[in-house]
Amino acid sequence: MSARHLDTVKRAHDTPDEALPYAELGMKPDEYERVRAILGRRPTSSELAIYSVMWSEHCSYKSSKVHLRQFAAKAPVSAALLVGMGENAGVVDIGDGWAATFKIESHNHPSYVEPHQGAATGVGGIVRDIMSMGARPIAVMDSLRFGGAAEPDTRRVLSGVVGGISHYGNCLGLPNIGGEVVFDPCYLGNPLVNALCVGLLRKDQIKLATAPGPGNRVVLFGARTGADGIGGASVLASATFEDESHTKRPAVQVGDPFMEKLLIECCLELFEKDLVVGIQDLGAAGVSCATTELAAKGTGGMAVDLDLVPLRDPTLRPEEILMSESQERMMAVVAPHDVPAFMDICARWDVPATVIGEVTDSGRLVMTWNGEVIVDIPPGTAADEGPVYERPYHEPAGQHALNVAVDLPRPDDLRATLLRLLGSPNLASKEWVTSQYDRYVRGNTVLAQPADAGMIRISEVMPGATPTRRGIALATDGNGRYAKLDPYAGAQLALSEAYRNVAATGARPLAVTNCLNFGSPEDPEVMWQFAEAVRGLADACRTLGVPVTGGNVSFYNQTGVNAINPTPVVGVLGVIDDVAKRIRPGFTAEGLRVVLLGDTAEEFGGSEYAHVVHQRLAGLPPRVDLVAERALASVLVSAAADGLLEGSHDLSDGGLAIALAEACLAQGVGCSVTLPGHDAFVDLFSESAARVLVAVRPEAFGALAELCARHEVPCYGLGTTGGSSLIVEEVMEIPLGELRLTHERTLPEIFG
Amino acid sequence: MRVGVVTFPGTLDDQDAARAVRLAGAEAVPLWHADHDLRGVDAVFLPGGFSYGDYLRCGAISRFAPIMDELIPAARDGLPVLGTCNGFQILCEAHLLPGALTRNEGLHYVCRDQRVRVENAGTAWTSAFTKGQEILLPIKHGEGRYVAAPEVLHELEGSGRVVFRYAGGNPNGSMNDIAGIANAAGTIVGLMPHPEHAVEELTGAPSLDGRGFFASILAKLVTA
Repeated sequence: MSARHLDTVKRAHDTPDEALPYAELGMKPDEYERVRAILGRRPTSSELAIYSVMWSEHCSYKSSKVHLRQFAAKAPVSAALLVGMGENAGVVDIGDGWAATFKIESHNHPSYVEPHQGAATGVGGIVRDIMSMGARPIAVMDSLRFGGAAEPDTRRVLSGVVGGISHYGNCLGLPNIGGEVVFDPCYLGNPLVNALCVGLLRKDQIKLATAPGPGNRVVLFGARTGADGIGGASVLASATFEDESHTKRPAVQVGDPFMEKLLIECCLELFEKDLVVGIQDLGAAGVSCATTELAAKGTGGMAVDLDLVPLRDPTLRPEEILMSESQERMMAVVAPHDVPAFMDICARWDVPATVIGEVTDSGRLVMTWNGEVIVDIPPGTAADEGPVYERPYHEPAGQHALNVAVDLPRPDDLRATLLRLLGSPNLASKEWVTSQYDRYVRGNTVLAQPADAGMIRISEVMPGATPTRRGIALATDGNGRYAKLDPYAGAQLALSEAYRNVAATGARPLAVTNCLNFGSPEDPEVMWQFAEAVRGLADACRTLGVPVTGGNVSFYNQTGVNAINPTPVVGVLGVIDDVAKRIRPGFTAEGLRVVLLGDTAEEFGGSEYAHVVHQRLAGLPPRVDLVAERALASVLVSAAADGLLEGSHDLSDGGLAIALAEACLAQGVGCSVTLPGHDAFVDLFSESAARVLVAVRPEAFGALAELCARHEVPCYGLGTTGGSSLIVEEVMEIPLGELRLTHERTLPEIFG
Repeated sequence: MRVGVVTFPGTLDDQDAARAVRLAGAEAVPLWHADHDLRGVDAVFLPGGFSYGDYLRCGAISRFAPIMDELIPAARDGLPVLGTCNGFQILCEAHLLPGALTRNEGLHYVCRDQRVRVENAGTAWTSAFTKGQEILLPIKHGEGRYVAAPEVLHELEGSGRVVFRYAGGNPNGSMNDIAGIANAAGTIVGLMPHPEHAVEELTGAPSLDGRGFFASILAKLVTA
């Protein structure tokens, strides 16, 4: 290929009417006209590459932005919030000079196309987001949703996804401390892979994606750039350069966790030696995104020699380099006198690093290729000033009919019903999945799956740090069936459950991240679900006093006209002042009193009972009661600090019946309980919110009851732990062996 | 007492190994793969991880690291060495121990708390246990299936060099349920389970059995 084919800025001036394949890059005619107006000429093919990816739904949030603003507008006042939305990840003050940063992000579409690499690179991407805040990544979690468990394609997708997370995450040395695995027919062609990472840093160490200081160098480091995930850019390359070898590019990225591990250790040493002015990871939109965002948030200009980018495939064209989503790459802004020290550290970790440009005060992002200018744009127009759509939305036509309550027939046999639910794929043990993840590495895991929330001790995470007894807790939750029935309440119930799960370990909930998985925003009914979910989540965050620090939106999770159930997944981070006082999962000893905190109403809309036994989704989800959730969390946090509780388990899917079974199985300790109400079926299987099961030493029961009274939390003594059966007086008795077999055999039988 | 902990590119459990050494009352000395220097340590811990990404074969590249040029002759001369997980794989690749670790029988990575039977309480790293004692240690590996030629197995079994055997189920298809072995002198021990993840009440497996490894080596070094 010779230089005469290069689409330079000069050539764009000279050939103003040359047609560019903007539509094939997903750009609308009016968006293309806007680019022409910004530049005062037609874009070069490289500029078009940048604008098309930066203005994509994925990068620009053009359909969701108008709604997401509520998270900031309604944010509760929180002294803990150090960095809010808009950066790579939010940062929260967790005390003793420490800060935590966390975020959840989707990798749904790649994980359907190529489950192993799609899921693996999802982990890699979120870990780099956390690193780019200046933090050491300390744990990951995954929230996964698949089609029906018995579907042949679920076997392909689930095995690949779990294998990919296992391979990449284990090799990185990050403990996997929890998450979700959910099956529902609506996810068959659209699995959800939402990966969360949490990192830790000193409060004074926060790094931002910014490129200030003219003359500072721009360094690209990590893996070489290849043809991964280019997809659309090949259209440009082939259209402009008539080279057929560029028309077949892989659409999915391939990960190298070993390089990512080196990159982590390398970055941490760079941060420790204070050699970085600004930093950004290269994820979606690769070099395009990193250069435009760094430049836009810094002094405003940047000059880049694009031909200096180290390539894995030397035939790559500039448009492809700009759009490549090759993994394990970072971009740093470094003061000139620090460049040698920066390079030394990269060499020590065998991480390739190249100075590809420098910060300028020109207000322009200028890129050259063999000395010729191929990009000359105001970076903010690509990074921040993308199109914003107020998509039309309205309530789905069938919503009212869907919300009509149905009286489901009651089961004759409560014992058989409990076992049927406990062995159903959504409630069965997820050991088949979680045993493929390393939950121990780095030696700071205090709680992991199947605990309600994962917990990490922070004192030993980084050498030379301020001593602290603190720990952080994390939980993710979501329920697409609840959200389908009522997206406003569904989002609030997801938050309520994650918040409750964190509190159930004794940690105080502090902040929220979210991954909003929906169908097409161009469908007004889907857009209504989205608008309602965001409104619900923002309102609930305000009431619970936990700000949203960041997150991710995934649209277009639909096949044809069939969208997934709206699935807002919510992650909550909490802090516990003394990790040694964490509440352990389930019944931890014999002779403890079993106590139910919270009230139970007859609520079966969207429940596991309705799903498993009747395959019915109708009515309304359980009533949201944020005041009760808040009071319950206060009781749990106080009781943990006072050492009153020997065990806990939150009530959610499957209600009290499943909570009792899981609490017994946690340590193999049975129990004998009497139901608190008059209706055994409702007591056992209703999914009312704001409830937790706790185990307390008999002599501490009085103190717990008093604490509950003070916070107006209903408190019911149900019975005692002990024995080798789950006994519900006058209702059922199930030996633990039978419970365990039922709970544990389902996934291995399906997935091998 | 100074116990070296080697970090290769991709080593993951080095911090955990160093913590376990410190908890036992010894000094943990970081050793870097690219250095030709054992820093005068009294014993060496090769921790787990995915050194060099497990590319080629687990441990196959690490075996050629500069630090191994020092470690291999020192170990042959009696320097006590413990290799866990990837460290065990490296010891086999370096021919300090016989046999090889291959892909788990079930083809999946397995992380679980595993019962292990101590078969030889006479090595430098197991004297704090008793023969036949069952201990609980976490395993976490995808390539932990121990294999060796029949004559090697025969020699290991006959000379008491099988140090640990899986109990209550073989998690990876290892021959003869072998979880760990030693050299003839009993100074070099390799095993797939992770003693460094069973030394604290708060974290790791619900067991403190890993402490025995460090108590054993400290006792040996004190009396040496």
